[in-house]
Amino acid sequence: MLRRLNRLLGGDERRVDSRTIYVGRQPGSTNEAFIPPKFCDNRIVSSKYTVWNFLPKNLFEQFRRIANFYFLIIFLVQVIVDTPTSPVTSGLPLFFVITVTAIKQGYEDWLRHKADYEVNKYRVTVLEDGRRISKESEKIKVGDVVEVVEDETFPCDLILLQSSRDDGTCFVTTASLDGESNHKTHYTVPDIEKDLEMLCATIECEQPQPDLYKFVGRMQIYRNNQESVVRSLGPENLLLKGATLKNTKKICGVAVYTGMETKMALNYQGKSQKRSAVEKSINAFLLVYLCILLSKALVCTTLKYVWQSKPGQDEPWYNEKTPREKETNLYLKMFTDFLSFMVLFNFIIPVSMYVTVEMQKFLGSLFITWDKDFFDPEIKEGALVNTSDLNEELGQVEYVFTDKTGTLTQNNMEFIECCIDGFQYTYRDTASELDGFCVTDGPVSKLPQKASTEREELFLRALCLCHTVQVKEPTEQDQGQGGGLLDQVDGLGVDGEVLQPPQEEKGFIASSPDEIALVKGAVRYGFTFLGLENKVMKILNRNKDVEMYELLHVLNFDPVRRRMSVIVRSRSGDTLLFCKGADASIFPRVRQEEVERIRMHVDRNAKEGYRTLCVAYKYLSAEEYAQADAGLREARLALQDREEKLMAVYNQVETGMSLIGATAVEDRLQEEAAETMESLQGAGIKIWVLTGDKMETAKSTCYACRLFQRNTELLELTVRTLEDGRMRREARLHELLIEYHKKAVQDVPPGVTRSWCSDSQDYGFIIDGASLSMVLNCSHESNSSLYKNLFLQICQNCTAVLCCRMAPLQKAQIVKMVKNSKGSPITLSIGDGANDVSMILEAHVGIGIKGKEGRQAVRNSDYAIPKLKHLKKLLLAHGHLYYVRIAHLVQYFFYKNLCFILPQFLYQFFCGYSQQPLYDAAYLTMYNICFTSMPILAYSLLEQHICIDVLLENATLYRAIAKNAMLRWGPFIKWTLQGVFHGLVFFFGVRYLFSNPALQNNGQVFGNWSYGTIVFTVLVFTVTLKLALDTRHWTWLNHFVIWGSLAFYVVFSFFWGGIIWPFLSQQRLCSVFAKMLSSLSVWLVIILLILLSLLPEILLVVFRNPFAPRPRQRKPVQSSVGVLQSPRSSSRHLLMRTFSDESNTVF
Amino acid sequence: MVKQKQETANQPDNTAFTQQRLPAWQPIISAGIVIPGFLIIGLAFIGIGVALFVTSQSIQVLEMDYTGVDKTSPCNRCTDPNVKSCLCQMDFSIDTLFKGPVFFYYGLSNYYQNFRKYGVSIDYNQLFGDLSYFTSPSEKCSPYQYDNNNNPIVPCGAMANSMFSDTFKLFQIVNGTNKEVPLDGKGIAWWTDSNIKYRNPSVTPLQMAFNNTVKPLLWANPAYQLDPADANNNGFINQDFLVWMRRAALPNFRKLYRRITSGDYTQGLPAGNYTLQIAYNYPVLSFGGRKTVVFSNVSWMGGKNDFLGIAYLVIGSMCIIMSIVMLIVYAKFRFSEEE
Repeated sequence: MLRRLNRLLGGDERRVDSRTIYVGRQPGSTNEAFIPPKFCDNRIVSSKYTVWNFLPKNLFEQFRRIANFYFLIIFLVQVIVDTPTSPVTSGLPLFFVITVTAIKQGYEDWLRHKADYEVNKYRVTVLEDGRRISKESEKIKVGDVVEVVEDETFPCDLILLQSSRDDGTCFVTTASLDGESNHKTHYTVPDIEKDLEMLCATIECEQPQPDLYKFVGRMQIYRNNQESVVRSLGPENLLLKGATLKNTKKICGVAVYTGMETKMALNYQGKSQKRSAVEKSINAFLLVYLCILLSKALVCTTLKYVWQSKPGQDEPWYNEKTPREKETNLYLKMFTDFLSFMVLFNFIIPVSMYVTVEMQKFLGSLFITWDKDFFDPEIKEGALVNTSDLNEELGQVEYVFTDKTGTLTQNNMEFIECCIDGFQYTYRDTASELDGFCVTDGPVSKLPQKASTEREELFLRALCLCHTVQVKEPTEQDQGQGGGLLDQVDGLGVDGEVLQPPQEEKGFIASSPDEIALVKGAVRYGFTFLGLENKVMKILNRNKDVEMYELLHVLNFDPVRRRMSVIVRSRSGDTLLFCKGADASIFPRVRQEEVERIRMHVDRNAKEGYRTLCVAYKYLSAEEYAQADAGLREARLALQDREEKLMAVYNQVETGMSLIGATAVEDRLQEEAAETMESLQGAGIKIWVLTGDKMETAKSTCYACRLFQRNTELLELTVRTLEDGRMRREARLHELLIEYHKKAVQDVPPGVTRSWCSDSQDYGFIIDGASLSMVLNCSHESNSSLYKNLFLQICQNCTAVLCCRMAPLQKAQIVKMVKNSKGSPITLSIGDGANDVSMILEAHVGIGIKGKEGRQAVRNSDYAIPKLKHLKKLLLAHGHLYYVRIAHLVQYFFYKNLCFILPQFLYQFFCGYSQQPLYDAAYLTMYNICFTSMPILAYSLLEQHICIDVLLENATLYRAIAKNAMLRWGPFIKWTLQGVFHGLVFFFGVRYLFSNPALQNNGQVFGNWSYGTIVFTVLVFTVTLKLALDTRHWTWLNHFVIWGSLAFYVVFSFFWGGIIWPFLSQQRLCSVFAKMLSSLSVWLVIILLILLSLLPEILLVVFRNPFAPRPRQRKPVQSSVGVLQSPRSSSRHLLMRTFSDESNTVF
Repeated sequence: MVKQKQETANQPDNTAFTQQRLPAWQPIISAGIVIPGFLIIGLAFIGIGVALFVTSQSIQVLEMDYTGVDKTSPCNRCTDPNVKSCLCQMDFSIDTLFKGPVFFYYGLSNYYQNFRKYGVSIDYNQLFGDLSYFTSPSEKCSPYQYDNNNNPIVPCGAMANSMFSDTFKLFQIVNGTNKEVPLDGKGIAWWTDSNIKYRNPSVTPLQMAFNNTVKPLLWANPAYQLDPADANNNGFINQDFLVWMRRAALPNFRKLYRRITSGDYTQGLPAGNYTLQIAYNYPVLSFGGRKTVVFSNVSWMGGKNDFLGIAYLVIGSMCIIMSIVMLIVYAKFRFSEEE
């Protein structure tokens, strides 16, 4: 009460800007003038376009892309200026690109419209003048009283006025908001009439703000002519849009925030546009090519005017200028010439590359969705690709940041074992039994020795009583679903055999999954918690008798005490206190002689990665209870320092207990978590575990996942180590950092990257949230960056890093820090809960696990996979392949356009710099669209230079493409040089052939279009065959597309030259191609030039250095001998392969 | 049942394509293939190269510059632009039989037929016989679209206007008298040009189609009178015109003028003295050009061109050298591997 008051007072000061809401939209009191306040309606708009503004807005957005804008400019230049090629040559591809993109974006927006429509048109019930009116959700206004029934989501932010539950509470899950799937209790505003129609009240509350957990307001209730009553409102009264009502039949609430002002809408972040490193490389290359283009145009323009200054060259008698040309200003002429050259050479920047890249990404991402290895039979879903822009980034990951709970582990708490009086009781499903230790004669499997039955039962009663679990009453709806209970409400039916049929319908609800696990654990041993009614807890014991306990007090759990207790009175009148909590908080409070035998078990369990709890009890005598009862009541009513007083009473009561036993609950590792982590590490990826969990549990998980090995030396930087040596924390921090840095960084032999050599000492680093914030927010400015650097350097040299006790924001901070560190490594975040969203959004690639904690992570991720184990294939196989594919695609595109345009550039030197195109317009337009686009697209979708199985087996192959290896300047220059070489070969080869243009045995001569067509034919064949040479994985599609496009080129050329085209103003290609092929010399020169161009390529492949960054590994082919190639032979020098190697190979 | 259906609906298709497991051929470029491959290619190339080179060497070529730049040149006097209808003679002799059929080319140098503006200065519709374009030639022909009196020029454009106008007569000097060598003007242009690409208007007589038009300014005769000897060789399908209209690729080019195929010269030009009579009309000195005549016979590979043969020889030997180098490297590696 006091706190609320405080908050209200505090709120009063800040309430500069508040809104007043009239409940039921009636003026609160008659003497106040009623001014209907203006609030936005409850419509959610996530779509970007409307039908009307789609075209202009979409076009505007598209032309904001630099490449599109460039092509638009080129197009306009072609339209305005007299240029060598018609506007169609660049207009058509541009139109194509723009249309495809517009259709794609339009479709996406249509989906958003549809989703919005669904939300906005959802029927809700609104109480108006005492009547229940069904309305569309979007028509809800602030002040409306809305009725929501169970399992419905709230249509807007509501203040809870009335609940169908007697105690004025309701339960909600906010899984879709923050990912917490447990049930939260919300309270009605006290002192509200049952009849809402009569309610006359105003609500004053703060203006909308995005913080989900903050809400300040007050409600003024007017009673019939009485003075008004003021009630404070807090977040416990506010039901958020997007949350779901659970376990409550129906509620009524008044809308306070609607539509785009709800907290959910305010929290909705437009997903930041992530750009892949490949795209950055493309842009860099594009810039280079733009420079090449500009310099080419500049060189040609300059040379043109130099050349023209010689007498007779500018205007020979056979080619006089028009009067208009003569009048044009010289500089204007120069400028238009420059533009003309630009237009002539603009094909060097491949407009179709963007389309092809986008198609490749989109189609390529389908392979991820289609992959049946990603299909999880449990959730019946496969992988989900939210953005296809980052496919190749999956092959570049250097850091993986993973959440622990739900990601590395299943977040599926399972009661594993308990120990009672030092005797171990193990319960496991026979299926999961590993050590052959299990005795299956009944639900309870015991070691030969066991505790007395009395102690056993006491322990189990403690488990059944000491909790805050509620029993979920089966509703008709649930039965209709065949007991399919959602979220945390686990059906008991899971553990079917030991249960009676009526109980199978029940589920437990609790705020922590551990508690459910414990209660369910007790069920296995024969004690079933039946529920809490009128402060009486009912237990079904082993003898099928119902035991009743009166619940007197609950001493709630809090993170400081790290334990909770209940005080109950049994039928026999005994007053008992049961307490459970962390070992460290229980042991000091029990008799010491009991501790040792239990401690052994607890330590062992903790080491195995289980969550352990100790259970203790004590009998309270009547006096003791009276004292405790009085103390508790007094403390609860205290107005000041209530918390402290309560704590004191708790501590006082929870003493002198006797320890009964301990429990071990396992948060199971995800399937193949360890194998996945191991192969990721093998791939040179550094794995950081970021968790909110405590250090011990997290550490054991790391061990279990083999992130830390037995020989890993752990460097700890936690509150514990910081407080060890009685120094000031900061001084100690400094000392530790220096020490660790020395160990992990300086002592490493230079030139060796730690994680890459296995025989030297491995280090693991552990840091917790508090220490991290000390590192990051150091008080001394100068030290701050130093610490950060030291920290980073240490981490970078550790095989694995564990960050525990992290707040969600800190997770993102860490990701950001690593992302921006030297070399800007590619980071990947993987998580399943809402607390991981920040890091998923922050990292280069965000991966959501379709786990239990809602869908928030999945929705914000770039890729979603059902299980952690799928990450291995996603990175090692898909990522690797996509990267190789797209890198090759990009390089190839630039290459093929360079050797396409270079001859045209060179031709300018032979045609008086007159911008004469070498190729026909049809060829210019179709080269990128038809003749050479399909093979590379097929390649970029199907290529497996190393087949998937090998990639999965040898994680080290992933390192070969690390650091953007195929798109660095080295390979780029190699490709560019190759393009230049090919361009030179094509042009000059034909040039020397044409030193005598009589190429037929009938003595007739060939003209300029024959020249261009020969060059173009060589070009098309060479670039296609070069791709064929690079293709390592020839499926029938590759064959079809490669040979198909060559055939298409030939057929098209025949066709293009074979007919008089009525729509063309010139027939310059008429029969050029056919005539060309009738000349034997042309055939010979085409063969010669193709071979000459490809010779270096073949030689490069043969002489490829075995240590080249991209080992071409062949698939280990099972020969008849059945010899698998050893890994060594795969990276052997090609020339070292013996002939017998080949004979073993089945082609 | 429903559940099962759903399962199959959600489950990705298990096809080879979707699972990226299409059967594939994985070629391996390795020493075992490359070395013999290079060897074979090398040998084949050398073979072709030798054939090409020998063929090219066997082709006889006689090239004469008749521009008349030198004062001593017989055509020197014709270079004066004021001299009209100038005739000059070039004497030459042939030592051995110039094997036939002999092709007679004229060559121009530093002449940019591949100027872009020059190339587009043409109206294909006119040349396709469309009469409506006779009266209003395409804008692209400017400044050769209309003459000063605003009469449409047919054929319009710079390319047609600048048609090569020198004519040649070849005489063999037999016993002191000139014996004319018959020159065959048929089949010097592409068959498709005269039969498909260009057409005369279907008006008889052809001259009627050219009413109200003027001939290109530099032409001596209108298009319908290009060949007074052969009525079918007039208009736009005149062979000389077609040869000219096929733009040369490079600034130094030659075009086919006539073939020597008939009479006593079917076997070629016998050894002896010859006189070439040139009607010198075409000015080239203003832009630094040169004019040549070329007599050449051709082989299966066309005219004389050493480049192709040499290139084949070079690349063939390169392949062989590479295969030898690879063999050495390979043997060395294998040797060291065995160690």
